Amino acid sequence: MKCRDLADFLMDYVSGELPEENRAHFELHLERCRNCREYLVQYEGCVKAGRIACGEASDELPADVPEDLVKAVLAARKLDPSQ
Amino acid sequence: MASATPVGDEAGLIAQLRAGDESAYEQVVRTYGGRLLAVTRRILGSDEDARDVVQDAFLNAFRSVDRFEGNSKLSTWLHRIAVNAALMKLRTRKRKPEQSIETFLPAFLDDGHHEERFQSWDEPVDQAMERAEIRQLVRAKIDELPDSYRTVLVLRDIEGLDTEETAKMLGLSVNATKIRLHRARQALRTMLAPHLAATPGKAAS
Repeated sequence: MKCRDLADFLMDYVSGELPEENRAHFELHLERCRNCREYLVQYEGCVKAGRIACGEASDELPADVPEDLVKAVLAARKLDPSQ
Repeated sequence: MASATPVGDEAGLIAQLRAGDESAYEQVVRTYGGRLLAVTRRILGSDEDARDVVQDAFLNAFRSVDRFEGNSKLSTWLHRIAVNAALMKLRTRKRKPEQSIETFLPAFLDDGHHEERFQSWDEPVDQAMERAEIRQLVRAKIDELPDSYRTVLVLRDIEGLDTEETAKMLGLSVNATKIRLHRARQALRTMLAPHLAATPGKAAS
């Protein structure tokens, strides 16, 4: 297995979906290739970083929903004939 | 004022919505609006569009609350409605030509080795993510991904949908969805690496 193949299989490896035979080759390559080990660490790191930066506990979320949005939704609901 | 129903008491809140209790509508908007705004803004890249979509999503949800079967959490149901509305808006909006993602994917030599020698990051990602400026940087880089890649990454890695559901929402095959997610993650790595790499002299040898 070459670095190119490893990059192709990376997502399935990370999600535990790589078939056993490919997994053995993948891990053998990883043992021998420092560059691919580093790439794997960074790839997994990016998945985690996205989740932390944008997920449920993100500091991006406003402490309060904008008041004008709350008012607009409630006003529109009252005017909605199908409500 | 929102009613005193605790957020955890979903069954009670849903019963209040079905009964047309005005305070329950307000509580739902106040409780879930922020997170819905964040995810739709991430998909659409526009505060104004996100606001319109979230407003429509709430109205749609209130209209169909009788059909909410309780198989999923109320928050999950609302997210699906808002994300679908955002994807619909993205499809109908005048699109800018999408930037190619190829330049952000790893390059290989003829013998199959990586062209680049990856420099280790300065600190473990958990540690780096404790800093507000790094969290902001990650969000900015996700926002820079081309629409078709960013949406897959948002649905899979941030919203936590599985591949099949993501594929269905985007009208893609499962295989195409997996390829897009993989490329989006690889591109994000390329974009973040220069900011997270160890300073010269500290790199792994």
